Amino acid sequence: MTSIAGPRRERGALYDLLADSATMILRNLLRFKHSPGEIIGTIMFPLAMILIFGYIFGSAIPIPGGGNYREFLMPGLFAMGAAASFAGIMQKMANDNQLGVMDRFRSMPASRSAVPVGTSGAELINYTLGLVVTALCGWATGWTAHTGFWSVAAGFGVILLFAFGMIWLGIFLGSLVRNVTTAERLAPLFMPLTMISNTFVPTGNMPAWLRAIADWNPVSALVESCRALFGNPGLSSSTAWSMQHPVATILLWSIALIAVFAPLSVRRFQKMNL
Amino acid sequence: MHSDLGEEMTEPIVRVEGLNKHFGSTQALRDLRFDVAPGTVCGLLGPNGAGKTTAVRVLATLLRPDSGTALIAGHDVVRDPMAVRKRIGLAGQHAALDETLTGRENLRIFGRLYHLSARSARARADELLERFDLATAGDRQVKGYSGGMRRRLDLIASLIVAPDVLFLDEPTTGLDPRSRNEVWEAVRGLVTDGTTVLLTTQYLDEADQLANNIVVIDTGTAVADDTPGNLKATIGAHLDVTVEHVDQLATVARELRTLTGAEPEVVADERRVTSVLDTKTVPLPKVTLMLHESGVAISDLALRHPTLDEVFLRLTGEQKPLAHNEIEMTEDRT
Ligand SMILES: Nc1ncnc2c1ncn2[C@@H]1O[C@H](COP(=O)(O)OP(=O)(O)O)[C@@H](O)[C@H]1O
Ligand SMILES: [Mg+2]
Repeated sequence: MTSIAGPRRERGALYDLLADSATMILRNLLRFKHSPGEIIGTIMFPLAMILIFGYIFGSAIPIPGGGNYREFLMPGLFAMGAAASFAGIMQKMANDNQLGVMDRFRSMPASRSAVPVGTSGAELINYTLGLVVTALCGWATGWTAHTGFWSVAAGFGVILLFAFGMIWLGIFLGSLVRNVTTAERLAPLFMPLTMISNTFVPTGNMPAWLRAIADWNPVSALVESCRALFGNPGLSSSTAWSMQHPVATILLWSIALIAVFAPLSVRRFQKMNL
Repeated sequence: MHSDLGEEMTEPIVRVEGLNKHFGSTQALRDLRFDVAPGTVCGLLGPNGAGKTTAVRVLATLLRPDSGTALIAGHDVVRDPMAVRKRIGLAGQHAALDETLTGRENLRIFGRLYHLSARSARARADELLERFDLATAGDRQVKGYSGGMRRRLDLIASLIVAPDVLFLDEPTTGLDPRSRNEVWEAVRGLVTDGTTVLLTTQYLDEADQLANNIVVIDTGTAVADDTPGNLKATIGAHLDVTVEHVDQLATVARELRTLTGAEPEVVADERRVTSVLDTKTVPLPKVTLMLHESGVAISDLALRHPTLDEVFLRLTGEQKPLAHNEIEMTEDRT
């Protein structure tokens, strides 16, 4: 062999973690470069949702306290995307598992924590891109925030934080399932999570038991936080603590998701048996 | 089994001692033991479900054995996995590549994870693509590659840092004969570089073509460990004689028994008699002459390697011969 690239340089564990995570992010960005179809999908989905809900169903849904339904809808769509963000990464991880890409990573002298850590970073980048597209689609169809810069920034901040928590959940699930088919069956799980909530309709007219579930659904807390922080209509009149303190609720949920699933995922990758 | 000729032999680079591994009630490895000498190719030969992948996964630090030890270049796979990972390459049963990336990009990513600088990762990718005839395909997405190209790229990916020991898990399963030859050529090329290769296979002829030593594995245990030559000699080549008329089968069987001293197998449905034949002691012309003289009308005569089933039948003492066939038909577990 002509040029052996030489023994690897010895560096600290933290340096390895950061460098290897950056490589995982690079891998993700390269994927993006090659699949413009994925980007079109990212744009089409929120547009379709805005059309279906905003113009078709929305015309029949009255907003308590008045207001434009599409203004009411956008925080719901942001939250829906955040809740769904576990599904894509779960499927990608399952695919990598099935093909043996994960085995190859784990048989290499790279930092094993870098696989989940880098993946979470890469997926957050993907999600942020999707969020920007959704916001632009909303803005193009008449949605806007009516509050100040810091309030709007805080709104997007909680969305990203919750999405990050859901991404860690997806990474953990993805490391458990070993084939794509199982992952595909698990993916629609987020549907009830987004439907039994205040995402698309105000909860005021739901039966009491359903309303209780909807009020305590983390997605509702996220939607409620966004409506408050963006100054969009349709705030809940519920007395549930989670609806009275939506921002605190969603922060707790997000931190809990990250605090539970990030260490669990990292441990799974460091363990010898997967 | 290994001959211990009093004198110090070179230290084995892979040493497997009494590995056991259970999955629930399945015992995938059962006191597995074998050695691989540096710079050689060892073929781990066995049917589907024999425990080949499990053994490779233990050696590649992906799976912790229940008991037993495995050393790679003196490093224990359980106690010092990092040291092992720095010395091995792994090409698993599937091409472990990112389908959406190009071949070159895949290699660059793996190179970076091996902690090469951006520039050397790129240079190494170019060099390997050139060497394995993938330079032009290197800039296309992997999803457009043929099975053989994928396999070769996968092989390259395991060579990025020139490993001391390379594990290849069924490198040619599912490939057409031409791609199979390409992979074989690539493996032969590696050996001239001094890389030690441990490859698993279900095909006797593949082990025969590539390996210096064959470890036959069945239900997690090594049932034979020898050179291909010795292994074939103990089993012998197989002779298939197909006759025109069923009533001549008995004559052929009798003549072959006299000639070889072994009991031939008669398959009446196919008008065929199969016998073990050691061509060193009984050359083929002697067989044809004998058959000619006994006045049998032969419609087909073939000398061939024993099939894996036949090897197994011989080595494992005629237990479950057909079970293997049945398992081989089922889809591969990942
Ligand atoms: N992760 C696993 N969980 C349960 N059983 C397994 C697992 N991996 C392998 N096995 C079982 O262990 C045995 C050996 O499998 P494997 O090592 O894949 O064989 P081979 O690679 O020779 O086909 C088989 O019976 C298989 O079903
Ligand atoms: Mg296998």
